[in-house]
Amino acid sequence: MSGQAEGTTTAPAPAGGARATSPARRFRVTTPILLLGGVGLVVLLSAVRIVTGASDITSGGTVAAALGLAVPIGLAALGGLWSERAGVVNIGLEGMMVLGTWFGAWGALQFHSPWAGVVAGAVGGALGGAIHAVATVTFGVDHIISGVAINIVGVGFTQYLSKLVFEKMPGGGTKNSPQLPEMGRLSVTFIDGPLRTLEAKQWFLLSDFAGILRGLTQGVSWFTILAILLVPLSYYILWRTAFGLRLRSCGERPVAAESLGVNVYLYKWAAVVVSGLLAGLGGAFLSIVAAGIYRDGQTGGRGYIGLAAMIFGNWRPGGLAGGAALFGYTDALQLRQGGVSVHALLLVVALLLAAMAVYQLVRQSRTVAALITAGCAALVFVVFMMTDTVPEQFTTFTPHLTTLLVLSLASQRLRMPAADGIPYRRGQTT
Amino acid sequence: MSERNASSSGTPGAGGTGGVGGFRDRLLGRVKLSGWLALAAPLLAVLFAALITSVVLLIAGSSPLDAFDALAQYGTQPRTMAVILNSATMYYISALAVAIGFRMNLFNIGVDGQYRLAAVVAAGVGGAALLPGVLNILLVLVVAVLVGALWAGIAGLLKVKRGVSEVIATIMLNAIATGLASWLMSNHFGVLNGNELATRPIPADSQMPGMALISGTPQLVNGFLVVAIILGIAYYVLLNRTRFGFELRATGMSEPAAVASGIGVKRMIVTTMVLSGAVAGLAGMPELLGESHKYSNNFPSGLGFDGIAIALLGRNNPVGMALGALLWSFLSNSSNSLQMLNISKETADIMKGVTVLSVIIAYELVHRYRIVAEQRRAGQETAAAPAAEGAAA
Repeated sequence: MSGQAEGTTTAPAPAGGARATSPARRFRVTTPILLLGGVGLVVLLSAVRIVTGASDITSGGTVAAALGLAVPIGLAALGGLWSERAGVVNIGLEGMMVLGTWFGAWGALQFHSPWAGVVAGAVGGALGGAIHAVATVTFGVDHIISGVAINIVGVGFTQYLSKLVFEKMPGGGTKNSPQLPEMGRLSVTFIDGPLRTLEAKQWFLLSDFAGILRGLTQGVSWFTILAILLVPLSYYILWRTAFGLRLRSCGERPVAAESLGVNVYLYKWAAVVVSGLLAGLGGAFLSIVAAGIYRDGQTGGRGYIGLAAMIFGNWRPGGLAGGAALFGYTDALQLRQGGVSVHALLLVVALLLAAMAVYQLVRQSRTVAALITAGCAALVFVVFMMTDTVPEQFTTFTPHLTTLLVLSLASQRLRMPAADGIPYRRGQTT
Repeated sequence: MSERNASSSGTPGAGGTGGVGGFRDRLLGRVKLSGWLALAAPLLAVLFAALITSVVLLIAGSSPLDAFDALAQYGTQPRTMAVILNSATMYYISALAVAIGFRMNLFNIGVDGQYRLAAVVAAGVGGAALLPGVLNILLVLVVAVLVGALWAGIAGLLKVKRGVSEVIATIMLNAIATGLASWLMSNHFGVLNGNELATRPIPADSQMPGMALISGTPQLVNGFLVVAIILGIAYYVLLNRTRFGFELRATGMSEPAAVASGIGVKRMIVTTMVLSGAVAGLAGMPELLGESHKYSNNFPSGLGFDGIAIALLGRNNPVGMALGALLWSFLSNSSNSLQMLNISKETADIMKGVTVLSVIIAYELVHRYRIVAEQRRAGQETAAAPAAEGAAA
């Protein structure tokens, strides 16, 4: 496939080339490794919590907030997955999410039910998806250009609509809606008390696990559960059904798919509309569950972060869920004792970088890379030691900075669908 | 992420339709649309946008004719014309910054962060009045250019060294720039004046003088209009009359071909990004040096995204973008007049958005129409030729 061939010739970093030749590079991520990594991360966080006294980095409140913030990012990422697996790059996720916030709020108010809002938000997002599909699939417009245009249109359109609709409602304004009807939440009540006491003890590791468990079991919105279920569902549809196979073949080699009788336009259309629908759900979650109100500019670039989470997750459902969790967590930290928590995070980053340097040196024998990584680790550690807290203005962009750092460390190992972002015209030969 | 761009820019013409006629090439003006078609496409798109806006207005229960009349009335007053010209200057510079990247298939979405960070730092330096008079203006400009170039350079380096798509990198850098700017304002450059946090105003002898171009109004036209025109000419010369411009366009059209002819693509990516950022750094300067003389919360926001839209409207052509900037500025500034008719001014935003979308599609349709017409003509010629031969025989 031409895309891949060029991918290797123009492959970025010399580091990527060097790594490809190194035999130690390949290791498969298996379930035991994942579990071990998860536990190791908690141990690390726990140790950092004890050392720095930033008690909020594993508290139940932070974990609950992280879960809530990961959902819209994850839904946007799922949206990106659907469309990019069919070969359509969707930068317009942000705009579709914005549509989702407004339509979600409107639906919830109009029909006095949060679930009506969920449906309306999904429909609003799907409308945005349909515009993207018309432009990219039907008319063959460049995907990124169409996406940027949709983001501009989405914002203008919702601002117009909220002025038209919400301003006349009691409690509403030009930039915000009235309070929305609340959605039910699920709590496993009988373990709340014991976990809370355990968490308050501030013991090493035990309290952290208690905090995490409490955050995941108390006051979880039904919408969150729905969103989490959508991840395995997407996996099932895309990887375990004939429909999914055909959809993904449109993203890898549309010409071959067409030759086998797949209606590429139709599949791309379906994928992009579902993509918008999922992004719209993410927006609806923001207005209905996260804030309980529609506000102008509520998405704050989460559509883009979702796209980054999907790239981080290597265009796979499991990976993007991990990416969403990471970004949700960094997003949550800034809300919970922002300065102190993010400052503690610096120590985590320094330790992780140091571990990576050791790995590079011992297992991969890459001395130069190890030295650079160790230097970065030392630098972060010095910054950590020199300061007591991170200014609040800096904590606001923690998730964005994390995105940038993670992508710059992980980008080389990723493989996108081969025909992603290339407009397809029926009857083309290559 | 590198593969994303490698594969899209690597395929000849990136459009997938093959040959010279890739979509992006047509849209970004690398393929000339012949004669009247180049004009017809954007005109049709603007008309279509007006139509859609009319439908929206009708649904909302207002009269579209009244609305357009109000826009036109307001837009033709002398004072408004000067204001329109002034904001168009900013839009135009921002569009130029975006266009430099576009010509090389680089999407510098980060113009927004670049110009804001540049404006904050430049305002802080200018307000400190380190140098007297005109020298201070130069210092402010140099600082703005440097900051913009550096900020964009990060994205360029990340793309080249680490394979991070410039689209994602610049979007993230926008958010980081916002945080950094507000930190700089509250910790270093900002002075609290009543309720308003702003930088120290630039001294009167270092302000850009205005020009009384439009009669019948005391509103001066920003002196930066001249700078913007010079930048537009420089853009044209750089891209079309220099070796660097040729290499830039060549890389944008086909990366493998560029590599084969000895162009250092990685170096080009970083250089182009830095250049784009440098111009982006200037986008806030008309406001800073010519209007408000300080950076505060009232500083224009979102110029970068306006720049993207205008670069698309004008197909990266310096004259086309100038017209696009004027249209954009007209819609932005006249929208206030709609409120007198009890129409929300966001109507203008809808019209702007729809214009961009329909311009993109219109260019594509016009191009297809041309291809079909050409094929038909060629078909007729080849059909006619054997017939003539047969008659001769």
